[in-house]
Amino acid sequence: MTKYLLTVDYNGGDVDTPMTEWEPQEIKAHMDYYRALNDELTKSGELVELHALTGPELAKIVVSDGATAPVVTDGPFAEFKEMLAGYELVDVESQERAIEIAAKLSAVPGPGGVPLRQPIGVRRVMDASDSLD
Amino acid sequence: MTDTPGLEDLLRELAPQVLGVLVRRFGDFDAAEDAVQEALLAAAMHWPREGMPDNPRGWLIQTGSRKLLDQMRSEQARRRREAIAASLETGGEVPDRDDTLTVLFMCCHPALTPASAIALTLRAIGGLTTAEIASAFLVPEATMAQRISRAKQRIKASGVPFRAPDASDWTQRVRSVLHILYLIFNEGYASSTGDAVHRVELSAEAIRLARIARRLLPDDGEVAGLLALMLLTDARRPARTGSGGELIPLSEQDRSLWDRALITEGLEILDDAVAKGAVGEYQLQAAIAALHGRAARVEDTDWPQILALYGLLERMTGNPIVSLNRAVAAAMVHGPQAGLRELEALEGQLKGHHRLSAVRAHLYEMAGDPLAAIEHYQAAAARTASLPEKHYLTTRAAQLRAAARR
Repeated sequence: MTKYLLTVDYNGGDVDTPMTEWEPQEIKAHMDYYRALNDELTKSGELVELHALTGPELAKIVVSDGATAPVVTDGPFAEFKEMLAGYELVDVESQERAIEIAAKLSAVPGPGGVPLRQPIGVRRVMDASDSLD
Repeated sequence: MTDTPGLEDLLRELAPQVLGVLVRRFGDFDAAEDAVQEALLAAAMHWPREGMPDNPRGWLIQTGSRKLLDQMRSEQARRRREAIAASLETGGEVPDRDDTLTVLFMCCHPALTPASAIALTLRAIGGLTTAEIASAFLVPEATMAQRISRAKQRIKASGVPFRAPDASDWTQRVRSVLHILYLIFNEGYASSTGDAVHRVELSAEAIRLARIARRLLPDDGEVAGLLALMLLTDARRPARTGSGGELIPLSEQDRSLWDRALITEGLEILDDAVAKGAVGEYQLQAAIAALHGRAARVEDTDWPQILALYGLLERMTGNPIVSLNRAVAAAMVHGPQAGLRELEALEGQLKGHHRLSAVRAHLYEMAGDPLAAIEHYQAAAARTASLPEKHYLTTRAAQLRAAARR
């Protein structure tokens, strides 16, 4: 088994409309889709953890030289759309399976039930398994 | 821990009692606590196969003592070990006293951070394993093990004697205990991290611990108040989320789903506590929860009484979140504009807090100003760290927008 980090940023895929402007039932369908997918990954034993992150309003950047007081600022961050919004850590048989899960995440429905085609980052987690044979 | 019905309950009930005996006998809280955990695991393995011993408590004390002796490696410890081994040979008398209360005071000692006290209480009083506690808080087991170990080191370093607190700081120490139990309940009920709104285990654990505390401190009105508050709040759990897991606010809950048995029990405990006098903050919160619990329909809610109780609570605690709730009650009694005026005074203390935005949005919605409501729902959604709450606030804004389009 290999761990992959699947990342979602604030890039809404094909849709730019903020969620507060969707129809309420479209929001519900969107949430239900994620919930069903997560249930499926929990049951299959592949989901390690998933977290949504708070947005830029609560984000900080800390810089320190280790001696004087750290400098804490509210930014600058990458463009909003590129900022990490959440992630799922999955433990799967193959990279193909990680990509399959990422594709499901990407196809989460948006307004009108149309898949958002949100870009999902797929990053293999480093481990010690390949280091010494 | 086990699949044998009743066994786990028995083990968990005996855990703090056994710990109390071992600490008195050996004086080392840290090592004794580890030994109790090992004894519990041993019991969970052996008893289902070999049958329950005649005296389960005695068995656990003996086994825990042996584990402790095994741990003692130093010269000095060996001398003590021989002495104690001799006493064990001569029948190993099992003291009758129950030190659970003293253990509880130790675990909730003010020298500990709340996170450490919570973990230690769940293990030493609740009888949960480190793995179970870790999974309830969604952290790795090694992290939780370290947190518990450091908590015990800290107790050792602080030199707290293993005895109930003196009369001089009794009240403050009871407050610490109640605060920790309240935090455990809240963690389960509000679930500040993670995806699920309810982690059933933690609120159930907190209620179980509060029942133990009430048994040990039957004359303390605040202990009873806290238990009543937990029961009355937990009674609403089945109505608090919809089929898809979404949050449903109190005013829109299907009250037929509320757990009547819990409400009845909570009301009885509260009435009993109030009759004893000396009203405290947990009793007041329970009294507010009781007024909601007594209202068969949302329009039957006794808001003037709730407003008065929040006023008392505000004066007692000075907590701005209480003031925020009082503003909601004021809006229900005197109208949304009155509530909005009260919020002005909180701007300084709660600036940027998502609850302030959420309440403001709610009051603007009540006042028939959907555009202002949408703006504040959005601001609240952007700042909350709770995912279910974010979904709720986002949906609320979307509903108002959709209504405005029609």
